[in-house]
Amino acid sequence: MKFPWLRVYSWLYLVFLFAPVFLLPLFAFNAGTVIAFPLQGFSLKWFAALLDNESLHEAVRNSLTIAITVSVVSTTLGIFAARAATRYDFRGKGPMIGLIMLPLVMPEVILAVALLVVFLQIALPLGMLAIILGHILVCTPFCIAILNGAFLSLDKSLEEAAYDLGETRISTFRLIILPLVMPGIISSLLIAFIISLDEFIMAFFVGGTTVTLPIYIFSQLRFPAGLPVIMALGTILVCLSILLLSIAEYVRRRGVARTGAKDTGGFL
Amino acid sequence: MTAVPDAKPMIEIRDVHKYYGDYHALRGINAVINAGEFFSLLGPSGCGKTTLLRTIAGFEDISSGAILIDGKDMHEVPANRRPTNMVFQSYAIFPHLTVEQNVGFGLRKDPRSPAEKAKAVAEALAMVGLTGFGTRAAHALSGGQRQRVALARALILKPKVLLLDEPLSALDKKMRETMQEELIKLQRQVGITFILVTHDQEEALVMSDRIAVMFEGEIAQLDDPETLYRRPNSRRVAEFIGVMNFVPGKVLSETAGRIELDVQGLGRCQIAPAQAPAGGRATGEISVGFRPETLTILYEGQAASDRECMGTIAEVVYFGDMTYYDVKLDGVDRPVRLSMRNVPGRPVLDLGVRTRIAWSPGALVLFR
Ligand SMILES: Nc1ncnc2c1ncn2[C@@H]1O[C@H](COP(=O)(O)OP(=O)(O)OP(=O)(O)O)[C@@H](O)[C@H]1O
Ligand SMILES: [Mg+2]
Repeated sequence: MKFPWLRVYSWLYLVFLFAPVFLLPLFAFNAGTVIAFPLQGFSLKWFAALLDNESLHEAVRNSLTIAITVSVVSTTLGIFAARAATRYDFRGKGPMIGLIMLPLVMPEVILAVALLVVFLQIALPLGMLAIILGHILVCTPFCIAILNGAFLSLDKSLEEAAYDLGETRISTFRLIILPLVMPGIISSLLIAFIISLDEFIMAFFVGGTTVTLPIYIFSQLRFPAGLPVIMALGTILVCLSILLLSIAEYVRRRGVARTGAKDTGGFL
Repeated sequence: MTAVPDAKPMIEIRDVHKYYGDYHALRGINAVINAGEFFSLLGPSGCGKTTLLRTIAGFEDISSGAILIDGKDMHEVPANRRPTNMVFQSYAIFPHLTVEQNVGFGLRKDPRSPAEKAKAVAEALAMVGLTGFGTRAAHALSGGQRQRVALARALILKPKVLLLDEPLSALDKKMRETMQEELIKLQRQVGITFILVTHDQEEALVMSDRIAVMFEGEIAQLDDPETLYRRPNSRRVAEFIGVMNFVPGKVLSETAGRIELDVQGLGRCQIAPAQAPAGGRATGEISVGFRPETLTILYEGQAASDRECMGTIAEVVYFGDMTYYDVKLDGVDRPVRLSMRNVPGRPVLDLGVRTRIAWSPGALVLFR
């Protein structure tokens, strides 16, 4: 038999991808203070340490506030943009959509520095609001990309039929369009939430003294003693991400099944 | 093809023009569509049928002219307040709703009680033969069933006019024929004015009281199916509807009641002015058309007809119930198409056979 290159490659790739993720819980439940083998025995003390760490709690609160606000605002903006891009023709539409999508390919450091300069110029205080604005800039292109797909797959005659049957433009949007693009909206909310939650550069540049979760984690790396606690935190975050993605995928599949459309892939 | 009992106009289209940017999609459309009429818009792809239908529905603005529905000018009346409903080519069934919810969709603002609305929905479903399908998810329906849901959903609102944009084009042949019959029955039953868009001439002939044939944004002819078939007013209409042979000819004389012709291959004959539907005086070189079924092969021993000519069979296409022949008539350059019903005692002729062919001056149509 020939040497199975492809299979070896696949396995190496998976190990490379997931080994760090599996190491997280391994050391999170390890009693030892040093991140090294051999393991020292099972312990929940690092998780307990998470519970009474006020600065961590504040970082989590900040991050959640930012991520939720950003995901709602970006998705709303994304809905407007995607709707306009798919349904209406106006002058300069192409360049305009292109400009909106630009942050997708711009180095984030540049974006963050530029934004910092602007904020200082207009005397916007650095902090929570500045981070939210920055994250909206970063997340909106992703939301538009996702929602564009959802709006594109919508048959225009469905809207016309509802309008023809006596609904107004607004009630048509509520009764027909919104339910049909809902899976896209949920994906968009979720992606924006996750991007904002682990965004570091923007928060670091324009956050002033506001500490978000990634910044908190980064700051803790200076203290080796704090590492196991970070591992515990990471474990929780990984579980949370998997849970959120599963919910999104479940909602998406149910939406697809309900409308009888063909499944053209999703996250999972 | 019943005559419309009282010819009360339901829709009046007055010199309607429509531009898409620079593109002149509708070029002065004039038509009156009567109440209770089954009216068809027939024409090749891109001639503006859908555009005209959508201007009636209110989905497109017109650039100039006027559209009146039941005597009221529809200018500035949006689609959701016009007394029209539409059946879309894609059916546009709301995929996230059940059949019942789809059919009852237009009743949302209806002041009737939920029980009465449910009854109306059940009646509409019964009308299209979908009783018992109410709770089915809309996406779990076949093409024909979707079609029926779309019909029920539009008809439940009792519109004055039902607009149908190629409603049968997505169905297979068998289903299409069934639905054609059902649509005709349904239209007679509800008595609503139907305007059907189609590019299938057979469908238009079968279903309509009257047909408007459109080319390039203009109505070329508006008539009942029989007139359209027997007396097309231009070669273009004649070619679009069925098959017509054309041979060159000459007008010898024209009086009030008679036109005297010399037709290549057929000889001299007289026709009535009605056989020149384009009107006006014709002089000199003209073109004479006749349908394949108006020529008859005369078999041996068959009595001589008052009008006959000789020809050679150049092509035979056997269709089971019919045989189509291309016949090279003596004195005519291009072969003409001829069709014969296959009945016992009437053998299918072979290629190259010479035969007598009967024709009748009454079947000729003059084009200039
Ligand atoms: N929104 C639009 N913008 C620009 N041109 C259009 C638009 N809609 C239609 N047209 C043009 O107007 C012409 C008539 O279109 P229409 O859809 O009415 O044709 P149709 O007769 O329904 O053809 P088909 O049988 O293919 O459906 C076409 O040449 C088409 O390209
Ligand atoms: Mg069309």
